[in-house]
Amino acid sequence: MIHQYKLNGYNIVLDVYSGSVHVVDDVAYDIIAMYETNTKDEIIDAILKKYADNPEVNREEILEIIDGIDDLKKNGKLFAEDKYAGLAINFKKKNNVIKALCLHVAHTCNLTCDYCFASQGKYQGERALMSFEVGKQAIDFLVANSGTRRNLEIDFFGGEPLMGWDVVKQLVAYARSIEKEKNKNFRFTLTTNGVLVDDEVIEFANKEMHNVVLSLDGRREIHDRLRRTVNNKGSYDIIVPKFQKFVESRGNKGYYVRGTFTHDNVDFTNDIFHMADLGFTELSMEPVVCSPDEPYALTEEDLPKLFEQYEILAKDMLRRQKEGKPITFYHYMIDLTGGPCIYKRVTGCGSGTEYMAVTPWGELFPCHQFVGDPAYSLGDVWKGVTNTAVQDKFRMCNAYARKECQDCWAKLYCSGGCAANSYHASGDITGIYEYGCKLFKKRMECAIMMKVAEQFDK
Amino acid sequence: MKHIQTLETRDLAASAKNGGCGECQTSCQSACKTSCGVANQQCENCSEDK
Repeated sequence: MIHQYKLNGYNIVLDVYSGSVHVVDDVAYDIIAMYETNTKDEIIDAILKKYADNPEVNREEILEIIDGIDDLKKNGKLFAEDKYAGLAINFKKKNNVIKALCLHVAHTCNLTCDYCFASQGKYQGERALMSFEVGKQAIDFLVANSGTRRNLEIDFFGGEPLMGWDVVKQLVAYARSIEKEKNKNFRFTLTTNGVLVDDEVIEFANKEMHNVVLSLDGRREIHDRLRRTVNNKGSYDIIVPKFQKFVESRGNKGYYVRGTFTHDNVDFTNDIFHMADLGFTELSMEPVVCSPDEPYALTEEDLPKLFEQYEILAKDMLRRQKEGKPITFYHYMIDLTGGPCIYKRVTGCGSGTEYMAVTPWGELFPCHQFVGDPAYSLGDVWKGVTNTAVQDKFRMCNAYARKECQDCWAKLYCSGGCAANSYHASGDITGIYEYGCKLFKKRMECAIMMKVAEQFDK
Repeated sequence: MKHIQTLETRDLAASAKNGGCGECQTSCQSACKTSCGVANQQCENCSEDK
């Protein structure tokens, strides 16, 4: 399968199953489009007719291009066959390793963001903080189920995890104390709204947190519209100076300033550029996930505008790169040579199998977005996964699990997409969230175009 | 320009033979938390089978 598209002056041909990316001229672009369904003579006739005004396009030239396509096909770089359908199921069947936990250290929050999928941190339940004992058991559960996997990830999440900060520090200390003996390398992430960030948090996080995710929606008026304090005030002025100090002192450790855009800021690139103006360079901006009934839900009419925004962003990032002031956008980070192997690409996000969320009470869910839904309770950190029927369903989630994905060129980039989004959109984790698919495909087209531009527009 | 120029990319078919070590990051664990993708994940062990 191939995917052809034109963007920013480039004709790009993506060969889905080999992962190859080709940049072609107009004539080759047209020939590739006809190659699988037309004879050589039909192609020659059609191309000569289409380019009748161009004396450089002649029979010999066309045959040369066809020969080039033949060679690429022979070498498995164009029209490569799909040999991976069985890989995902077999790989996931064999693989019972858990490698990441999302620890909900606080089911409470000091902001009341309208769009929060966690219902202001409570996840449709009671407010609660995780105790050290529960967190320690979660770490032991992770280690015990991680097999020979050395790199283990723990995300301190909420609600607002800094509301349970003492426990976070104790859990980091505990994990570090067993790292050597268990031959593990813990990578911690802290996801915070910033309200409680202070010098002590910054110092500890810079020492221990592999990554910090700092929530900021962009421009003050956009951020303050939905990210409000419990006293109904905007939080922008509270958090921005803290985030700036945090990021300045971060050194070479990872961070993302992460925002959510909604129907209210379809021009979200202005929020990304605002983040850049504030001095942040590692950026992520996600479409809101919510009921279509919400006033801030993204609409079908927003889609073309969002596509345009992604293009604006990609082109502006190339400009910034050229000027020596690059910014990183999470969804445009794509490494064509050092990216994921085919197993990673077909096995899906790992929710419910290699990744789980843990509530303050130690209950296990397939991921943070399923927390609070009793039908998706997997078990707990003491007894482990007891609801194997649900886990088996997640085990079957992969790039080939959905009929809608069969003919989709992007399936080896999204690996079947987000199970939670599919569930909320279609009622089934093996359904699809079509709106999200459309945005994802646009982002991938832009990301690949940027790689092309980096190579050819020096 | 040449009619067709090919970028250097990881050979996915080759990675079926020697990939799958599982040491890479879980997809949703870093910055998105709401929209899975694997394309931007780094291979922890890619130098062996690019």
